[in-house]
Amino acid sequence: MTALPYVDGNMLDGPMGEVFAVDLSTATGRCANCGATGPVAALRVYSHAPGLVARCPTCAEVMVRLVRAPDRAWLDLRGTTFLQFPMPPSGDGPLAQP
Amino acid sequence: MPTRTWYDLAVGIITPGFSGRPRSGAPDLPPGQYLTPDFPVLSAGPTPKVPRADWEFVITTETGTEYRWSWDEMMSLPQETPTVDIHCVTRWSRLGTSWQGVSLDTLLEEVETAADYALAHSYGGYTTNLPLDDLRDGQAWLVHTYDGDDLPAEHGGPARLLVPHLYFWKSAKWLRGIHLTIEDTPGFWETAGYHDYGDPWREQRYQGD
Repeated sequence: MTALPYVDGNMLDGPMGEVFAVDLSTATGRCANCGATGPVAALRVYSHAPGLVARCPTCAEVMVRLVRAPDRAWLDLRGTTFLQFPMPPSGDGPLAQP
Repeated sequence: MPTRTWYDLAVGIITPGFSGRPRSGAPDLPPGQYLTPDFPVLSAGPTPKVPRADWEFVITTETGTEYRWSWDEMMSLPQETPTVDIHCVTRWSRLGTSWQGVSLDTLLEEVETAADYALAHSYGGYTTNLPLDDLRDGQAWLVHTYDGDDLPAEHGGPARLLVPHLYFWKSAKWLRGIHLTIEDTPGFWETAGYHDYGDPWREQRYQGD
């Protein structure tokens, strides 16, 4: 029997929801290594480890690391250039055209 | 019963509890550890496949001098067969595991260095840091055989570091080399909250423990 070595990024919703106030299930991220952009849900998450390690599905580099201690958590996003979240329309913002 | 978190679920085990003190009476176990009959496979990424013909091991000193061994050169060095207890920071321990490999004392014998720290690095990109003194005096090996068989890739083959007196994340799988450094340089897990030293008997799991 061979278990899958990773699961998809949907499993990050719960653990990262402890840290983020936004819904990650609809977020998009850009890999700092190869520039590939895609849904967080498509990341490859290695969870049989001392923490969660989410890797880019294109180049396999680490994009997110999350370590959870009983009383603390560490989030490392150095492998992620951006996370993009859909937001409700905010009306006339600073970028609104006249 | 402590609340189960994603962490417990991730390792597929209901652990004895994050905040609990050691409740087993086993004298051989560090605090907070439990005994497992299995050898769980933990990994932070895909398993590298490194043919022995391509394998090499390199020690790089703080001045940039490199000491290299091919597979055959490593296998021709004096071999040792340590039987040791291993303790994973995810709380499982295995007692009396049997390995074969080369002592780091042998590999470091000819290496001229004034370094105090080591950063082990692996095929696949993993790194982990530890004091150089913890690789000396019969405390560490480069191992290629487990329980009489070739070390399987999922457990770090062709060869891994074995430093059993520290938590097992320090025993880097797929070991490719060791950088000797003047300053301590935190590795993969150490830059994400885990302890720079990691003594299981002092329960040094996270930074500040």
